[in-house]
Amino acid sequence: MDFYYGLAQTVGIHTLLGLSAYIVLLTGQVTLAQAAFFAIGAYAAGMLTVLAGWHIVPALGASAMFGAATACAVGFPALRVKGLMLVVATLAFGEGVRLFFFNFDYQVAKGEIKVGPLGGEGFRQIRYFQEHGWSTGEVMLFVWVFVVLAMAALWWLDRSRYGAVLRAVGEDELAAQSVGVNLTAVKVSAMTVGGAVAGIGGGLYAHYTTHIEHANFNVLLATFAIAYPIVGGLKNVFGTLAAVIFVQAFLIEGLRFLGDWRNLLFGALIVAAMNLRPQGFLGGRRA
Amino acid sequence: MLELKGLSRHFGGVKAVDGLDLTVRQGEIVGLIGPNGSGKSTTVNVIAGLFPVTSGEVRFNNESLEGLPTHKRLQRGIARTFQNIRLFGQLSVWQNLWVAQNAPEDHARRGFIARWLGGQSGVRAEIAQLLEFSGLAHKQDELAANLAFGEQRRLELARALAAKPKLLLLDEPAAGMNSEEIGQLRDRILKLRAQGITILLIEHVMELVMGVTDRIAVLNFGQKIAEGRPAEIQADPLVRKAYLGGA
Repeated sequence: MDFYYGLAQTVGIHTLLGLSAYIVLLTGQVTLAQAAFFAIGAYAAGMLTVLAGWHIVPALGASAMFGAATACAVGFPALRVKGLMLVVATLAFGEGVRLFFFNFDYQVAKGEIKVGPLGGEGFRQIRYFQEHGWSTGEVMLFVWVFVVLAMAALWWLDRSRYGAVLRAVGEDELAAQSVGVNLTAVKVSAMTVGGAVAGIGGGLYAHYTTHIEHANFNVLLATFAIAYPIVGGLKNVFGTLAAVIFVQAFLIEGLRFLGDWRNLLFGALIVAAMNLRPQGFLGGRRA
Repeated sequence: MLELKGLSRHFGGVKAVDGLDLTVRQGEIVGLIGPNGSGKSTTVNVIAGLFPVTSGEVRFNNESLEGLPTHKRLQRGIARTFQNIRLFGQLSVWQNLWVAQNAPEDHARRGFIARWLGGQSGVRAEIAQLLEFSGLAHKQDELAANLAFGEQRRLELARALAAKPKLLLLDEPAAGMNSEEIGQLRDRILKLRAQGITILLIEHVMELVMGVTDRIAVLNFGQKIAEGRPAEIQADPLVRKAYLGGA
């Protein structure tokens, strides 16, 4: 049973990561910065519960704020460029954040041991759930409360006028600005919302794995973040969820019995999925 | 209302618009005609703020628009349509108009409190009115990409109107239309004038230009070669040579 709880947690956390890219993709921007916001949320929440002794919920709120604030700050300069230039700019930012955590030491003594991030060693012993006696099932439910809240919030946003504006910008920036849409405000705000969602996801991830290090937040994770909404389609938030289930439950766990062949098949099946459903599983505009 | 003073826009060595002076007064319909590549669309793009001027000035209601981005010009009251239709194809007809409600008073009434005080119903009523005006009420839930060509043109005009413009820049609104549709378009343009909207009309279809405009300016190689009432323009030898030909 624990295996399935663990899988459900992974699916939930990756759904948050994918949703953070979903809202940015709606505006037609391809960003590889989501792993960095996820990392910032992970370190922030971990430090707040472990070093400052916060309860997990406010710590996750702080993760969201840190993720959002960083995304907003990065959004202003980064979103001045488009297309491949934006991919490169956000990639550089993501690597910068990863290298920051590679060099980030902030340890304090807690009893006999020292805890906190220790550069390349990573940040161990983020044991809030264990220390408070949460069962795996409870942790899984806790994660999914946030997933459901994030999905509901983005669903509502998507259906609001703001969502229509995001999609309008994604379709035709020139027409959108000609009907009075402030492109900078729309893109930066979408990036900010995405940063908040990624921050929460990262905070949950840190507590679920109990050990985070810079290498968790590499380009591969950033690629997964945008792959989920693209594979799932931008019709609505459920596309992202479907893609996460497809990748995490089927491609990664379901095909584990294939051993090394799985990695080969992994890429091939994603290519096949995109060829069969170029608009994503649920359809919607091409990303 | 709109004043272009020595307006120039060069692209490298190409002088797309070169020293254009033009005034459009409140309530007028002014036509801008000329051969392909004579700088008409560039003029519209410069007025709308998509390109900066190379030299010269665009003034609107006696204020310079220098450095003002496109969305802010729209809020001042300058809306436009495109020569090649640019709708939001994957949004519904209704949503295309919803997204375009960006007049300052619309922003004000979309605040949280205003919304509860009935701002939303005002929004819906206005969209319904625009749909009625453009004959698209029965298509409101259709994706814009699925509309027929003439319907797309009508929707684009309605979308420009959704921001309650004072000045409307129409870039070849009749391109590709048959003469029945052109007749309907003329009626719509005259209705808009009756509502007090000033219009700068770029058009190749002389049937429309000669029928609705108060005044026409003729461009050739980025320069104004003539300006006057439709009948004067039709009789002008220079214009006939450059553009109208034997027509």
